[in-house]
Amino acid sequence: MIVATVTLSDLTKAYGKAEVLHGINLDVKDGEFVVLVGPSGCGKSTTLRMLAGLEEITSGEISIGDRVVNNLEPKERNIAMVFQNYAIYPHMSVRKNIGFGLHTSKMSKPEKEKRIDEVAAILGMTELLERKPSQLSGGQRQRVAIGRAMVRDPSVFLFDEPLSNLDAQLRTQMRLEIKKLHQRVGTTIIFVTHDQVEAMTLADRIVIMKDGYIQQVGTPSEVFLKPKNMFVAQFIGAPSMNMLKGTVEGDSVKLEAGPTIKMPHKADVKDITIGIRPSALTTAKEGQTPLMEGTVSLVEPLGTETLLYLDVGGHEVIASAPGRVHPQPGEKIALYADAEEIHMFDTNTQEALA
Amino acid sequence: MANTADIKVTADALDKATPKRHARKQDPIAILRWILLMAGGILMVMPIVYMISTSLKWPHEIYNLSIIPEEPTLDNYAYVLEDGRFYMWFLNSLIIATVTTVSAVLFDALVGYTLCKFQFRGRMIVFVAILSTLMIPTEMLVIPWYLMAKNFGWLDTYWGIMFPGIMTAFGTFLMKQFFESVPDDFLEAARIDGLNEFQIWWRVAMPMVKPALAALAIFIFLGNWTAFIWPLIVTNSPELYTLPVGLTTFSVEQSVQWELIMTGAALATIPTLIVFLIFQRFIIRGVVMAGLKG
Repeated sequence: MIVATVTLSDLTKAYGKAEVLHGINLDVKDGEFVVLVGPSGCGKSTTLRMLAGLEEITSGEISIGDRVVNNLEPKERNIAMVFQNYAIYPHMSVRKNIGFGLHTSKMSKPEKEKRIDEVAAILGMTELLERKPSQLSGGQRQRVAIGRAMVRDPSVFLFDEPLSNLDAQLRTQMRLEIKKLHQRVGTTIIFVTHDQVEAMTLADRIVIMKDGYIQQVGTPSEVFLKPKNMFVAQFIGAPSMNMLKGTVEGDSVKLEAGPTIKMPHKADVKDITIGIRPSALTTAKEGQTPLMEGTVSLVEPLGTETLLYLDVGGHEVIASAPGRVHPQPGEKIALYADAEEIHMFDTNTQEALA
Repeated sequence: MANTADIKVTADALDKATPKRHARKQDPIAILRWILLMAGGILMVMPIVYMISTSLKWPHEIYNLSIIPEEPTLDNYAYVLEDGRFYMWFLNSLIIATVTTVSAVLFDALVGYTLCKFQFRGRMIVFVAILSTLMIPTEMLVIPWYLMAKNFGWLDTYWGIMFPGIMTAFGTFLMKQFFESVPDDFLEAARIDGLNEFQIWWRVAMPMVKPALAALAIFIFLGNWTAFIWPLIVTNSPELYTLPVGLTTFSVEQSVQWELIMTGAALATIPTLIVFLIFQRFIIRGVVMAGLKG
């Protein structure tokens, strides 16, 4: 079996004088599901397109397996790519679309047909093989696109925001299908998305990017629980982590919002930003020392929990309460968070303080 | 399955929802619009009606302006169809129009695709240069074409008649605009699937602009089928005449045999009608698409 590790070394990309990727280093293990995530313009799609051979590399090196592929044509890289708008050919039937991936294959015609049937069976599309794309739903079209990628048995699958065009329900369903597919075929997958929920649910490891730099690489729980900087902390998790600026006073932080919070651990900086996830900031129960107090400005009941938007000294803070709790706007509420749920960042460098 | 009662209810509902024709208020602007459209329609159809009418008249009746001939005859058709030259000109026109259509559609699509999908230095200059030729009328181009044909020894040859039409600026522009509507993802997917650039153009991009290709094919075919000035200038031998040029030779020393010219012209419209009927749905779709992509 082909070993499909992917290595990016000091990868840069510049358009004229404007450098958009500034030395990306990443090792993807064989069979790993890696998700590149970040806001628009962070360079995630450019990285993927360079890996596919659709964009030239300005400097650095890309290796797939033990081959440096910098100067290889896309077809020589043994990769397959699924695009955001499916890119299935409207004038061909599903069968021909899937079979198109075998264009350069040396298989005989019956072998090709067998392979198409196998892939269609895996994707549950056997009944739809003779249909034209216009007769398919969005999810089915995306499945055809995945089928066309699968049929060649590539060493690496590249997905460029493949679920963005689907509605919310279908997106959740396709997300599950892609995850199952990966568990079944075990091929290395590099998946680009701007949706952190997709990243968290799909990835073995997440690569968070911003402005052409990698911010953090880690498992979903690592990036959620131990964000390296304020950007990662706020990008991962919904709603975003509450960020409250303050100044160190002894072993406490005096927040601009008013309250003083005891630092979970010592830090050698003066300006600190405290980060607490809304899910970790709850209404204080009896016996718990409140961290801060806020006035409810908005209530969002989500069923299992209720999100509370509070005003704490002129700063908006989001907290959570059990689903059955529905405070009224204007009500004052005491909030509590465990010490280990309190993140500290250097306000000036924005880096996490260990 | 719907039962009869259901169908009745639906039909009643539809009846109520649809305004009755006679109940609609007549809008004076709508009436004026219809009158103008009808006038325009009549204006366009009249030459064809006269052409057919004249083709059914005897020579002495030609200058009688009545649409319906006094003594209709098919003798003119018999005469023209028995004259071997008609078939020769028809064939010449068919060969020339077909070859130029195939060639122009292919080259226009190829150049349009290249200008649309490839980044290269001077791309805009090439595009503007091609577009600028659209602003020069054919009558002015005839002189350089003639000099070119003369210098290369193409006068009085098929190639001489065809060469100005093997690629067209209009077609290049049209195809470039249509290829803009083909998302790059399709081409990149094909590139990853292992197709070379020519195969991507031919197997992926071309099928996606079929309506535009069909519309362009009709425009070019009709243009070449009815071309008169250039074939007249470049040919001397009657065996190379195209149909429009050949038809003008239906004249004797003192007079023009209009009834024969009109008969030939009426016969010459048949292929254009066939081409149009086959491809009209593509033209309409093409125009609609062009409108949408604006």
